[in-house]
Amino acid sequence: MHELSLLENVKEILQNHAKHENFTQVKKITLEIGQLSCVEPEALRFAFEVVMKGSLATDAELVFSEQQGLGLCQSCKKQTPLVHLYDPCQFCNHPFVTVTQGHEMKIKDLIVI
Amino acid sequence: MCGICGCGETEVHQHNHSHQGETARLVKIEEDLLAKNNTYAAQNRAYFKQHSIFTLNLVSSPGSGKTTLLVETIKQLKDQFPIAVIEGDQQTEHDAERIRATGVSALQINTGRGCHLDAHGIGHAVKDMSLEDNSLLAIENVGNLVCPSSFDLGEAHKVVVLSVTEGDDKPLKYADMFYAADLMLINKVDLLPYVDFDIERCISYAKRINPKIRIIQLSATKGDNFIEWLDWLRKNINENRN
Repeated sequence: MHELSLLENVKEILQNHAKHENFTQVKKITLEIGQLSCVEPEALRFAFEVVMKGSLATDAELVFSEQQGLGLCQSCKKQTPLVHLYDPCQFCNHPFVTVTQGHEMKIKDLIVI
Repeated sequence: MCGICGCGETEVHQHNHSHQGETARLVKIEEDLLAKNNTYAAQNRAYFKQHSIFTLNLVSSPGSGKTTLLVETIKQLKDQFPIAVIEGDQQTEHDAERIRATGVSALQINTGRGCHLDAHGIGHAVKDMSLEDNSLLAIENVGNLVCPSSFDLGEAHKVVVLSVTEGDDKPLKYADMFYAADLMLINKVDLLPYVDFDIERCISYAKRINPKIRIIQLSATKGDNFIEWLDWLRKNINENRN
């Protein structure tokens, strides 16, 4: 359900930028979503149309740019891919890996007119 | 197709051509979806720091015993520190009433359809309460192990409560919350002989998600090891004082 709150934030960010960047309509929104972030892209897509209805992003296309999860192994110090927070290091199987990338949840760019 | 806007032009081009008389263009934003909440959280945190209010955000699934834990904590500490509580639930004043029965002030936030508290709501709640300096503020979040993990309220620590009547693999199933928390309280340990809960496995799962997480095993109703939690609170409240 927090996807609804996040989309309300998206709508507000668009309104703020519309003033500064001087646009009246958003045709396409690219969201950067990390693999380890706690949002589900399909849930965002599901609520997107409803939340954006009547806003300057009515009928806008929603596109996701997924960021891979990465972490620094606390044992071998190599950078290792993470699909889940609990994944061990793929090189030495050590369980403690510090996340360095993959928590992103942001609006990357827009196509506007 | 234009790779930028999906229009019909075939070549990659400077994106200044017109669509039905209007010019489509790319606007870089790079703005975090939680930026607004994080701004409010930073304001709350600054306020708590200025007034030396040690603030905890208690999170768990419904039924882990958060309110009972708070009631027992208040009974033990209310003569030593000023304490206030913000209660988050979708409906009812029940939890705030339980807290008020202990003699400390409690403000109930009903989130309605919302599944989490946010920093904006906490900022308003704090304005409506008269919090004392050098005090403890406990925020009991909506019982939900998913959404509250993303919303910083300005707290010093997220404290996740997990009871032994739940699954011992919850730290893996709801990893975001255990990643975000600094302290895990394993509650209802008096029931361990009657349930199929492997406490060592639970701890190892939590440490896998968050190697730095501190863990206290206790029973809020029977008092087992409650002193360790109270000592942790006393130490932190004292260190937070001006």
